[in-house]
Amino acid sequence: MTISAEREREVAYPDPTPPSVGWFQGLPARPGWLSQHLGTAIIGAVLGYLLGHWLGNVVASGYTNVANSGVNAIANTGGIALGALGWLAGIGAINYPLAKIIGKEPAPEFETTSWSRYFRYTADHKVVGMQYVIGVLTFLFTAGLLAMAIRTELLSPSSHVFGPGTYISIVSEHGTMMMMMATSVVVGPLGNWLIPLMIGARRTAFPRVEAFSFWIFSAGYLTILTALPYGGFPTGWTGYAPLQTQAGGGMISYLAGFALIGLGMMAAGFNLGVTIINYRAPGMTWSRVPIFVWAILSTCALLTLATPTLVAAGLFGILDHTAQTAFFVTEHGGSSYLWQNLFWFFGHPEVYIMALPGFGIVAEILPVFTRKPLFAYKVAAAGMLGVALLSFFVWQHHLFQSGINPDMRPLFMLTTELISIPTGFIFLVGMGTLYKAKIRFEVPMLFALAVFFNFLIGGVTGVFLSDVPVNVTVHGSFFVLSHFHYTIMGGLIFAFFGGLYFWLPKMTGKTMNKKLGQIHFWFMFIFFNFTFFPMFLIGLLGQPRRVFEYAQNLQTLNDISSISAFILGASFLVFIANFVWSIFIKPTPSPANPWDSLGLEWQTANPVPYYNFERIPVVLNDPYHYSEHDAAAVADMGDPVLVGAVAPTGDGGGDTTGDDPVTPAE
Amino acid sequence: MSDVAEQTDAPADGPRHAHREPRHFVRMVVIWLVACAIAMPLFYFLVGPHVPPGVMTSTAEENQFDFNILMVLAIPVLFGVWIYIGYSLITWRGSKAADPVGGELARGHMGVQTGWIGITTVFVLGLAIFGTYALITTNGAGGGEGPNPVWTPTSAHVLPVQVIGQQWKFTYRYPTFGGFESSDLVLPVDTTIAFHVTSLDVIHSFWAYQLSIKADANPQVDNVAFTTTNHTGSVTVRCSELCGLWHGAMFDYGRVVSKNQFEAWATATRIATAANTKLLPPFALTYTPDANGAAGGYYPDNVDPYSPSEVYGAKQPAS
Repeated sequence: MTISAEREREVAYPDPTPPSVGWFQGLPARPGWLSQHLGTAIIGAVLGYLLGHWLGNVVASGYTNVANSGVNAIANTGGIALGALGWLAGIGAINYPLAKIIGKEPAPEFETTSWSRYFRYTADHKVVGMQYVIGVLTFLFTAGLLAMAIRTELLSPSSHVFGPGTYISIVSEHGTMMMMMATSVVVGPLGNWLIPLMIGARRTAFPRVEAFSFWIFSAGYLTILTALPYGGFPTGWTGYAPLQTQAGGGMISYLAGFALIGLGMMAAGFNLGVTIINYRAPGMTWSRVPIFVWAILSTCALLTLATPTLVAAGLFGILDHTAQTAFFVTEHGGSSYLWQNLFWFFGHPEVYIMALPGFGIVAEILPVFTRKPLFAYKVAAAGMLGVALLSFFVWQHHLFQSGINPDMRPLFMLTTELISIPTGFIFLVGMGTLYKAKIRFEVPMLFALAVFFNFLIGGVTGVFLSDVPVNVTVHGSFFVLSHFHYTIMGGLIFAFFGGLYFWLPKMTGKTMNKKLGQIHFWFMFIFFNFTFFPMFLIGLLGQPRRVFEYAQNLQTLNDISSISAFILGASFLVFIANFVWSIFIKPTPSPANPWDSLGLEWQTANPVPYYNFERIPVVLNDPYHYSEHDAAAVADMGDPVLVGAVAPTGDGGGDTTGDDPVTPAE
Repeated sequence: MSDVAEQTDAPADGPRHAHREPRHFVRMVVIWLVACAIAMPLFYFLVGPHVPPGVMTSTAEENQFDFNILMVLAIPVLFGVWIYIGYSLITWRGSKAADPVGGELARGHMGVQTGWIGITTVFVLGLAIFGTYALITTNGAGGGEGPNPVWTPTSAHVLPVQVIGQQWKFTYRYPTFGGFESSDLVLPVDTTIAFHVTSLDVIHSFWAYQLSIKADANPQVDNVAFTTTNHTGSVTVRCSELCGLWHGAMFDYGRVVSKNQFEAWATATRIATAANTKLLPPFALTYTPDANGAAGGYYPDNVDPYSPSEVYGAKQPAS
């Protein structure tokens, strides 16, 4: 898929075939292992960590509070900060800005087509997307193992597998890791991989920012793991102060880890948001972009606008631990409410950061497997933006019983219930699309349908929680826990796996095994519900969250939940087996468009060429014309001169890249 | 409920079939109506009376009623979606041979969309009004109302009970009985109670399950919650906000007894604990621990470290 030399001269477009080896042009090529990759990143992280820790000890080990408590938060912070910096430097993330700062022309990134590119800092959004796939799955399965530990402890109301401190650390680590993972679980892998292809672009707006987002995301993963050797942290994923202020060294890993993940979220959201707004192919008008793009765009708005609050709150917490400030210490003029407000001001938009991409995937899968246009496309897009906007006005519903702003409770009850209107549009879209459809029960479709089942329960119980009188009974109990697992796991994670089964054939060029996919689905779906539905009852019957002891009469329900959780956990082994078998051990090449999708991302070759499209496509239609036998083509992928003649004019098509060879016909 | 009913006029501009299509929506609506007609009363009359938190107090009764109403309203919504989707999956399965083109052409339908938005909006606004009404008429529904409650009981006799959370125990002070402090929560029946919930260290949450009281215990904050006891019985108290190591073990039991029994218990306990009460800090709505024990609930000897929080920046003892 090489652009002809003639054309290349004409448009001065960079060579779409990257150099296979070589540092940059003009220098003799050197072997790949001498350049920067995961190995140098690990070396950088270890050296940085040791240096930072040593510096922290030099600076602060003499302080009374450090000597008395045995916890040197400054050393922890220094270790994590320099460790993360070393990780980024080792992978090559700061070469470019560093060169710019000292006034030199930066060397181009090392690009290669060999498998080693997956272990490098790369400007190719497809490689970053695949890195994210492995990254979020590692995150998910690590935190999933911790969930298994939680359910093991809760098998019995009174005899214990773990001590209370270990148990709280496991709960906190599980919650925090899952939340961190869920912020990026769709935007990272599928967003980065698919968005440029869906909008007809050859790359994202800021490829280095995109790669940065992944590598700092993985730094966040390593950072939150460092909490374990520090003795864990006792606060759960919400990190409420003053418990946070009271906690030991592991708390720094939580605060710094969230801050790092937050930086990654902002970077990812900023890059994809700008890409969607500015890099759409000619003719890719706002009414033609796939609904997944709308979902990611609204998510990007939340990622960039809500996350800074989290990063700031994390830094305040670190300052409370290191510089002895008192942001969250009531006795010294701070406020424990400040953390709650900052955290949930981020935390509630975060909930929709985790819901909207799932809606996008489901709405993208449904038309393909119903062979119907997406019903109420515009309502769906408006609903996603509406959810994004409203999500900034609901955060205090997490604090109904906290004593903060009691007179505001009716308002937050109202806004919370209002947000169920645009959220409910996904059901309008889904049910309308199913109407008189020709449904194919492929694996991605099964997952999409499961999202409707699970998310309905999650959504309806959310309305229960928003009602203050009912909230008095269920707040802080297993009812809440079940509710948000139904929305995040039942919604987002099911949608994510649906998306993986749907798009992996395109992303990897290999076919996933259908039988194993079905087994994975049915076990996951059935035992997800058997795990979490009893928790509604457990909560209603009075079991608070995060306890290691509970009433004797709740054992049966807890045991049903635990045993189902083990089977649910095992269902992911089926996925891993399928993934490893179908992609690595016995790969079967996938057709370029196995599901007969009309989406632009399916119209390129398999495997997708380095620059995605040989020609920038000119988009002629939205990708949902499944009902029409003689539907017009979605896009003209061919010669741009011919395309220009028939391209729609003056309808607000997106700009293309600055160095784009194709000028929209206007 | 809205989900199905409004779709009766859904798009049908597909190709006309030779044979007459069954009237799918009529079928769905009939199934839905029958299912709802069975499930709604079944839930309300059979399950409803047993729904937590019971009827021991005014707030428990109201919150149980609220839950039941929401559940009765949720049933048609759940059934509407399930029946619609279930019916669709059975009726509109594609043929085994993949047909890449087909399905009803329906990109949108103004009536369906407007109807959907209209009905869900009215539904949701109704819920918000209902919830607000229930919140106000029950003086905060048993939830923590902060130091300055907006909705207060009109009853002339309100028994104040202070709940002090600390790692990992709740204790109770009775200011109208000389401010004695007890590990036992004992309350008189047929009495309006004002719980003043505060903490000495981290955030706890006072959850008196059968009383339907839940209020966060924040250091330096007097979080007030009201209820009126209607029946005697036993009460389970649990901490419902993660407060550290022994959070899972932070529970105790209280009881609601007759007024005479309460009077007798309070008088006896007051006398029995008189020596201890002298050593306690004077009753205050909140307590400031010593500066060294900030967030630690540390009580030093020979100093009176306590000051009411309303005097912000109160003098801290030398440490």
